[in-house]
Amino acid sequence: MTVTIKVDAAVVGGGLVGSAVAFGLMERGLSVALLDEGDVAFRASRGNFGLVWVQGKGDGRWQYAHWSRRSADMWPGFAEDLKAACGVDVEYDKPGGYYFTMSEDEHRTRGESLERMRREVPGGYDFEMLRRNQLLNIFPGLGEEVIGASWCPHDGHANPLSLLRAFHATMKGRVRHLTGAGASSVTPEGSAFRIEAGSTSVLAGKVVLAAGLGNRDLAPMVGLRAEVKPLKGQILVTERLAPKFGGLTLNVRQTGDGTVMIGDSHEDVGFQTEANVGIGRNIAARAIRQFPALAQAGLVRQWAALRIMAPDGYPIYEQSATHPGAFVVNCHSGVTLAAAHARSLAVQIAAGQLEPLLDPFHGARFEDKIA
Amino acid sequence: MSFTRTPTAARSVQFSFDGMPVQAREGDSVAAALLAAGIDRFRTTPKQGKPRLPYCMMGICFDCLLEIDGEANRQGCMVEVRDGMQVRRQDQSREVRL
Ligand SMILES: Cc1cc2nc3c(=O)[nH]c(=O)nc-3n(C[C@H](O)[C@H](O)[C@H](O)COP(=O)(O)OP(=O)(O)OC[C@H]3O[C@@H](n4cnc5c(N)ncnc54)[C@H](O)[C@@H]3O)c2cc1C
Ligand code: FES
Repeated sequence: MTVTIKVDAAVVGGGLVGSAVAFGLMERGLSVALLDEGDVAFRASRGNFGLVWVQGKGDGRWQYAHWSRRSADMWPGFAEDLKAACGVDVEYDKPGGYYFTMSEDEHRTRGESLERMRREVPGGYDFEMLRRNQLLNIFPGLGEEVIGASWCPHDGHANPLSLLRAFHATMKGRVRHLTGAGASSVTPEGSAFRIEAGSTSVLAGKVVLAAGLGNRDLAPMVGLRAEVKPLKGQILVTERLAPKFGGLTLNVRQTGDGTVMIGDSHEDVGFQTEANVGIGRNIAARAIRQFPALAQAGLVRQWAALRIMAPDGYPIYEQSATHPGAFVVNCHSGVTLAAAHARSLAVQIAAGQLEPLLDPFHGARFEDKIA
Repeated sequence: MSFTRTPTAARSVQFSFDGMPVQAREGDSVAAALLAAGIDRFRTTPKQGKPRLPYCMMGICFDCLLEIDGEANRQGCMVEVRDGMQVRRQDQSREVRL
């Protein structure tokens, strides 16, 4: 027998994006149902690197740079609020991030790109270009080939699994969290939406599609587009190392527990999440060029997960023109943007209107390119 | 907890644990030899400082970590004991200065 659940808003997808939005809608006082597939799903939120990273994102699209920066600014307070609400420490830290340059050319191009953003991004964009000798204080064992770095004070990192856990713990008992509930259809019904998920049927005033790669199929049901594709990334994890190292970089970071995560590979290989030695070796080799001492560390884990990428690499945010009240949300930086999703995007969704800043992120922007 | 050895004709081997001599038998893993010698703590966990002993004895759980011949975080159950081997408790994370 089918049970109908009536709510103000239904969020489809219980990864970091859907959870952040559901959390935010709950904070606005809406009754919310959060639908998620089972363990078979591809879930970037459980396999990512945990950076809250601003640096270098959005050269040529200042709105993205500004949006990422806004989220990073909200993160410190947001992490504290989560801890107060549910007791889970998401291990957020904001030491600023380093991006190493390995040649004069790269150093110059990097500097120019960040300088462009400093000029174009409203509200500012802070960074410094540092030479090797300025880095040796922080990284005494820095690899010979590193000639410098860009540093950005807005960058930080968190434990992404704790973040997901914190969302779910805070929503417990306040949001209808339906697991094993893959949505097969979303149908407009009057000014509301009916979502069918197995033996559950949800009738919601608003629907937010935050199903990661699943959005591709769901979005067209309510007049939206989400041309997202998987982009595989692999991550290596070392045994716990001491002493703690102070720096945070794009591809090497130390967690609160002392393990070092090494990542930042990109493979366009479709829907598969096998970890393999070849890519693992490349990831390790790059990290060892930066930090030769890492060669002594033992590896304890390796995994792969799928990023959710739009063709131009930017997020997708849109309210349906044909079915107002239906929204699509996709991004490949769900940790970084979690604070903005919960505390800004969800507020806009609750109000029924997305701010103009997000206009460039309509899902229809690829229409002419996709024949 | 104590273990009793079954009789065999295996040759005896001597190694050290935190500087103390320990008798073992050829073919023992370091973990088996230390358990047989009555050692009640192999390591302490780096974060919470809890004592640990081997759990699976087959390379899966990583609870048997030891420093063996100067190398940190070796799995005691996966290394065969040898004469003169120097084994230490693993009481900290491996030290690597990045
Ligand atoms: C290797 C790697 C490293 C990364 N590093 C970082 C980083 O350092 N910083 C950062 O900010 N981001 C990073 N990301 C990106 C980040 O992980 C993603 O942006 C984020 O997890 C996306 O969350 P999501 O909720 O959209 O997707 P997912 O986690 O994929 O969740 C989608 C959910 O939707 C559900 N779903 C799908 N279809 C349906 C359906 N029909 N009905 C119901 N539910 C459905 C699935 O079950 C799944 O739980 C990384 C990603 C990868 C792969
Ligand atoms: S006892 Fe489990 S790995 Fe050695």
